[in-house]
Amino acid sequence: MNNIDMSRVRAIARKESRDYRRNRFVIFTMAALPAVFVSWSLISILLMPGGQPSAQLNSQVGMSMLFMLLVPAIVPAVITAYCVVGEREQGTLEPVLTTPVRNEELLLGKAFAALVPTLAISYAIFGVVLACVALFAHPGVPSAVFRAPLLVALALFTPLIASWSVWVGIAVSARSRDVRVAQQLATFASLPPVAVAALMAFGLLPQDLPVALGLAAGLVVVDSRGWRAASAMFDRERLVTRS
Amino acid sequence: MSSTLTMHLVEETRPPSGTSSEPALVTQGLSKRFGERTAVDSLSLAVAKGEVFGFLGPNGAGKTTTVRMLGTLIAPSSGSAVVAGLPLSPDNGVEIRQRISVVPDSPGLYLRLSVYENLECFAGLYGLADPRRRIGQALESVNMEGRAKDPCGTLSKGLRQRASLARALLNDPEVVFLDEPTSGLDPVATHEVHELISGLRKRGVTVFLTTHRLEEAERLCDRVAIFSTTLRTVGRPDELRDRLFKKELSVETLAPLPSPEAVFGPLTSVEGWQAEGASSYLLSVAGTKAAAPEVARALVRSGADVVSISVSRRSLEDVYMQFVDQDVEVLHK
Repeated sequence: MNNIDMSRVRAIARKESRDYRRNRFVIFTMAALPAVFVSWSLISILLMPGGQPSAQLNSQVGMSMLFMLLVPAIVPAVITAYCVVGEREQGTLEPVLTTPVRNEELLLGKAFAALVPTLAISYAIFGVVLACVALFAHPGVPSAVFRAPLLVALALFTPLIASWSVWVGIAVSARSRDVRVAQQLATFASLPPVAVAALMAFGLLPQDLPVALGLAAGLVVVDSRGWRAASAMFDRERLVTRS
Repeated sequence: MSSTLTMHLVEETRPPSGTSSEPALVTQGLSKRFGERTAVDSLSLAVAKGEVFGFLGPNGAGKTTTVRMLGTLIAPSSGSAVVAGLPLSPDNGVEIRQRISVVPDSPGLYLRLSVYENLECFAGLYGLADPRRRIGQALESVNMEGRAKDPCGTLSKGLRQRASLARALLNDPEVVFLDEPTSGLDPVATHEVHELISGLRKRGVTVFLTTHRLEEAERLCDRVAIFSTTLRTVGRPDELRDRLFKKELSVETLAPLPSPEAVFGPLTSVEGWQAEGASSYLLSVAGTKAAAPEVARALVRSGADVVSISVSRRSLEDVYMQFVDQDVEVLHK
């Protein structure tokens, strides 16, 4: 991470953001997938009867909220899966690689461009869902939603899962020859961290604060390795020569 | 095939006299292998600062691989090079790329972004202090100030190539690598690119131009190298012609000469002659300037009606074909 020039990172991130905003596929992915997941999550919570035992209610709420974590998992994976192989297919990668940009700067720029909107969308969705729960859910349900372990887990897991997906997407994209294959592989590879959250949601792990923090720490470790793996898989010569 | 064609003329790989003493590019035994296949084999040459150097060769000759090695995109398998004053090594990659520009064979523009936005991205990657001014200058250089806001996807192929050239000028490079810059362009767009290359020469920028358009190389380049995996020859186009082909005069008379041998045979400057048609003759001469007046006087003395006496000029294509033919012969053996 030494010698990272943030102006180059910003140049790449800004270019990516502009390109994303004018790409219908990216716009659709960023809008449609969250809409589906949040609708599913919200409807299931709003339809929950309030008079259930708390353990049962907590489990149902946990599973419903789990859907919202699919947004930071899948959206950046689909977007970043395009970012290297897509550029290579369009012939735009080689000119960039002839500039002084380092691999780490290029990948960080691409990562930020996918991560920032994903987090903005994810947290906005959480806000909308929590507001709807507070206003419209059956009595008893809001207390199952507004629990510190659950909210902390959502708040912490969202950037960590998104980061994992970003690195997975970039790594897959750097090694793929075809955009569609890259997007399919990256989508599948983005899901394992969601399984960590699922352990809590399904009650296999206790839904308490220490467990949430412990799992988050584990994801931090996984993310740091994902970053190194993505950097290692970005081979300029292979990308340029299409070997 | 003459032996002069097969030997590597190492001394001729040096920059020509009259140019800057310090070369902009030097390669020594530069090679690149992809598995069993050798793309570039022991390339040794030097390009002077401010020189427009043509790198000619057929498709698959290794021209692009050479540019990619010198542009630090791929690592050589062996050999060494100095690019823009820096030894070619992974440690120097960033600094070398700061000093050079590479224009690949396709423009490689972000089609959803405007011309200005494309250049702005690259200005950021070069870390330019005053990007707005530099972008303006680059656009002015390629006469595209009025198209800055146009999305690149709406531009013609020629305009896209001009935009990619503007991108290459952003960092005020010492060396510009142009990889087949007129490939697929119509004559007007090709002419515009040629004008831009001439403009680079005037600014003292070293240009390494790969092409298989021979008329382009002949028109633009100070020197050319003919390359097909190995360096076949290098020199100024006229030098290569003189080296490969005898100097010739083309003579046309109104009526066939009764005895051409009697006219041309005694002339000291004429080494040989052959009839090219009923009243046309091709004379091999030691020097065209000395031979032409002597031939003219001899024709007049013989009573011939002279229509024309002209220097028969071989093209760079003739030179090129000598080496390409040699390649084909080797392949067939």
